[in-house]
Amino acid sequence: MKKKGFSYAKWGYIFAAPFIIAFALFMLYPVIYTLIIGFTDMKGMSPSSVHILDDLFGNFKDVLSDPLFKKSLANTFIMWMLNFIPQIVLALVLAAWFTNERMKLRGKGFFKVVFYMPNIITAATVAMLFYSLFSYPKGPFNDILLSLGVIDTPYNFAVDANAARLTVAFIQFWMWYGYTMIVLISGILGISPDIFEAADIDGANGFQKFIYVTLPNLKTIMLFTLVTSMIGGLQMFDIPKLYLDGGPNDATRTAQIYIYKKAFSGAYMYNSAAAASMIMFLIIAVFAGVIFFMLRDKDEAAMHKQIRQQEKAYKAKLKAQKEGK
Amino acid sequence: MKKGRTGQSPIGVALIYVLCILLTLLSIFPFWVMLMNATRSTYEIQGHAVALLPSKYLMNNLSILLGKAFNPVRGFMNSMIVSTCATLLAVYFSTLTAYAIVIYDWKLKRAFFTFIMAVMMIPQTVVTIGFYQMIYKVGLTNNFLPLILPSIAASSTVFFMKQYMEPALSKEIIQSARIDGAGEFYTFNRIALPIMKPAIATQGIFCFVNTWNALFMPMVLLTKKEMYTMPIMVSLLRGDIYRTEYGSIYLGLTLTVLPLFIVYFLLSKYIIAGVALGSVKG
Repeated sequence: MKKKGFSYAKWGYIFAAPFIIAFALFMLYPVIYTLIIGFTDMKGMSPSSVHILDDLFGNFKDVLSDPLFKKSLANTFIMWMLNFIPQIVLALVLAAWFTNERMKLRGKGFFKVVFYMPNIITAATVAMLFYSLFSYPKGPFNDILLSLGVIDTPYNFAVDANAARLTVAFIQFWMWYGYTMIVLISGILGISPDIFEAADIDGANGFQKFIYVTLPNLKTIMLFTLVTSMIGGLQMFDIPKLYLDGGPNDATRTAQIYIYKKAFSGAYMYNSAAAASMIMFLIIAVFAGVIFFMLRDKDEAAMHKQIRQQEKAYKAKLKAQKEGK
Repeated sequence: MKKGRTGQSPIGVALIYVLCILLTLLSIFPFWVMLMNATRSTYEIQGHAVALLPSKYLMNNLSILLGKAFNPVRGFMNSMIVSTCATLLAVYFSTLTAYAIVIYDWKLKRAFFTFIMAVMMIPQTVVTIGFYQMIYKVGLTNNFLPLILPSIAASSTVFFMKQYMEPALSKEIIQSARIDGAGEFYTFNRIALPIMKPAIATQGIFCFVNTWNALFMPMVLLTKKEMYTMPIMVSLLRGDIYRTEYGSIYLGLTLTVLPLFIVYFLLSKYIIAGVALGSVKG
């Protein structure tokens, strides 16, 4: 035993206590409560007597068979993909250029500041701004398209389902590609320069280095980007809610807008909203799991497998030896 | 050096600049139109929706804007209260939690850290309905506390603080403070917090901006107009009352963007460094 007989361990618990208490109160309890509400008949503006349903998964069945929920879910996926794929491609390309020492691009700092800027502006404001910019028949975008001769008559962006979805995806893209670019740049800068040097010695050109050195080494960061973007994207709310309020014809209604409208308008169906959010949680968890599994380090996994097999073989050998004796 | 090895033709580099300049215009254009149209009359905007130079109807637009439901001063004050309090709580308690993990050895420490990482993955969706019902039952809707207090448990901030603290804060300093007879809270407040200043500043900016921009929870919890935060205030601009007052709508949007612009252009260096830092895990 050391000279000082007392331990500081209790202070660890004391200092972590506020976090634990706040977490239990504002997260753990609400999550469990949401789950329970999903099994009840809680509805109406101020629900008085709430009972657990006889058919325990009744709300879940209702939500899953609701065509509007399916449509909202499909919309969410479509708009997320339409924004994420071009976003990651552009961010990757920009990041590769900005980290390429040989190109000696000027103004990188300025471009970073400008590309990231939309991300810091309130999404609600951005949605309203684009609502005004895309307005019909007299709006800035229509003005430009008309004067460039791209269209002959003003185009109403808010009426066509696909145009509306594309616009929402574009706004999301516009807000987030700068963020993703900065994240990827810091990822590329984190790769050991030795690897690039070795590739140089082997005579690799810029494109080959990008494909064979940069991309494989960015796997962890890409995984991080993909998972965070997906968790955020599947909860998309601010932009589609304020841009066209989920319209036209529910074309931009996302799962989160579905949940919001179920719970806080119309019949105040807290039970269905809770069930829907639990379903969303499951979907997000499954997708995150799949992404982690798909992008896991295959070499490492193979090595672990080999080690396990060798251990097994070794044990079997030992056992055989023992039994032999 | 051989030319082929660099693989960069001057035309290629020129194209990269062209793309970057186009993207720059794309970032700036919407805000430029907004600023210009905030000074133009509805009549002018209906004639030509895009103008490169301002007009002279700013005060006129302002009086129309303020004559109706949109109250930028009230929204600004409300957002300021919520964001400032939430940010202070988030950075203080996150640093404290990180300190508990980095400095002390306690049994459940590893499990606790893994748990914090897991919490970061929980989507807000699953919290909403239960949280609303809980707040409704204790009668705290239309109150700022439910928007402020949850930031005590900001898992991603704790994660960042822990990553920053491990190399920055040496246990020797803490040890010598103890030998000098300093209490544990005193050591944290007087020695650890100052060392953590750069991390606190970075995380502070992000907490502030995130709370400032939040729409969903405030929209669920606040129903009284005088409690509206800035993002909910913005949604009023879509209503029928401003239907044809285009100049006023743009001005209203400008007023909500202005504080963020100021913050961004003063602190962009730190913000971008923070984004880069926050992403490098482990």
